[in-house]
Amino acid sequence: MADDEESKNDAAGRPDHPTPLRGPNEGLPAKPEGKRSSVAADVGALATGLKTTLGEFFRPAVTLEYPEDKSPRSERYRGRHYLRRYDNGLERCIGCELCAAACPVGCILVIAAENTDENRVSPGERYAKTYEINMLRCIFCGYCEDACPVQAIVLGPEYELSDTSREKFIYTKEKLLEPLPPDVQARLDAKKKEPT
Amino acid sequence: MSDLYANAIGHWVIVVIAMTLLLFVVLTATAYTVWFERVALGHIQRRPGPNRVGPYGLMQMAADGVKLAFKESFVPSKTEHWLFVIAPCIAVAAAFLSWAVIPIGLWYNVQYWIADINIGVLLVFAFSSLNVYAIMIGGYASNNKYSLLGGLRAAAQLISYEVALGLSLVPTFMIVGSLRLRDIVDYTVSWGPYHGPIPLILLTPIGFVIYIIAAVAETNRAPFDLPEAEQELIGGFLTEYSGLKFVMYYLAEYLNMITVSALAAIVFFAGWYLWVVPPIIAFVIKIVLLLFLYIWLRGTFPRLRYDMLMRLGWKVLLPLAIINVIVTGIILVATQG
Repeated sequence: MADDEESKNDAAGRPDHPTPLRGPNEGLPAKPEGKRSSVAADVGALATGLKTTLGEFFRPAVTLEYPEDKSPRSERYRGRHYLRRYDNGLERCIGCELCAAACPVGCILVIAAENTDENRVSPGERYAKTYEINMLRCIFCGYCEDACPVQAIVLGPEYELSDTSREKFIYTKEKLLEPLPPDVQARLDAKKKEPT
Repeated sequence: MSDLYANAIGHWVIVVIAMTLLLFVVLTATAYTVWFERVALGHIQRRPGPNRVGPYGLMQMAADGVKLAFKESFVPSKTEHWLFVIAPCIAVAAAFLSWAVIPIGLWYNVQYWIADINIGVLLVFAFSSLNVYAIMIGGYASNNKYSLLGGLRAAAQLISYEVALGLSLVPTFMIVGSLRLRDIVDYTVSWGPYHGPIPLILLTPIGFVIYIIAAVAETNRAPFDLPEAEQELIGGFLTEYSGLKFVMYYLAEYLNMITVSALAAIVFFAGWYLWVVPPIIAFVIKIVLLLFLYIWLRGTFPRLRYDMLMRLGWKVLLPLAIINVIVTGIILVATQG
């Protein structure tokens, strides 16, 4: 047996005819035996087709009328970003730039500045003086959200981000600090209270 | 109204008015046939179809028409310019000409027609076969191999199915004894207590089946739309056409659909006679139902392969039509002596 196989190999040692993993008819449905098509059967098949389409004609549409009706987003849907605040109004972001480091496409720009007693923006030592996301580059992977040690950045449910100029796609800190949609906010609040 | 037709001047006045009105009515009907088709196909595929422009999307065709009309009238440089422009004109002219002989019952004793000639049906066939020239010339003039192939397919297909289409109506003529379309509609029977018009499909059911299949093929509609098979021929003879010239082909296609539906209503379903329904409404209902049949077929069956198309035409429909004629003849001789 071994000799036999060796003789089939070519110069490079590859088998001449590798044994196929599947036979030619393996996995195929068995052919019906002795069944021949007749005119009656063919016309019947046509009638079945017509019956099917007429049945579908009277059933309601399965499509959504998009601008009015929208399909529900998953809770974990990754849409546009938001920067969150604490309940007392201070920004969560501490300007650590871990989100920018985690970003695979480098679309986040963070420039940090020191908090002072006169100008306290966040509870930590530093805060983000500039926080910009280039939404044209963003791939909505959510790594920034994972990387953030203070849960400052989250990806919300919005996905209709079209605009009229490229400049408008660079979301500034001001835009990112817009309040979250109430349902997302409520969900995040509930998560916070859960024991970890 | 019939008196007016008898008067020489009255005849011309009424014919000119009728032609003008017909142009508007038929064009509007064509636009709404397109709308009807898109909505019906949508529902077959469980989606709503066009519903944005106007209530229920009824203004969709107006929007599309304006858009197409304002497109540049473009003729590719290596085409046969004159033929390229003339071909869609032939298509539209042929499609409209058929309506010259199709009578329409407006009210109980008021009928409208432009030409009431004693070979009405033959004239409809003659005009509808002019469509071959439009498609062939369009395909040839485009100087494009796909267009040419589409044109050739169309020619072969139309010639093949024309024979069956013509023969499918012969039993009706034999029963009625006239080719005049009004006579066919007015064909009355006295069956026991019933005296009045009957849908002739009761007497020629096989003729109707052959007629519908051949008519779908004759108007190049799915599942017989081989001349414009998108997958193989990129649109066939339509490939190089855009703007108004495309509209003309499109118009002709849907106009032909309405024409063969109207002819079927006249020949097989007693035209404008339907119990107590007012004639014009009865006629429109019949045409709409036949158009739905067309769309239903399109929404159901995949396109035939070319050899299947030819086999169906020559080996099934033609012999069946001839047998239908012979059997009808034998029965007529047996019953009427």
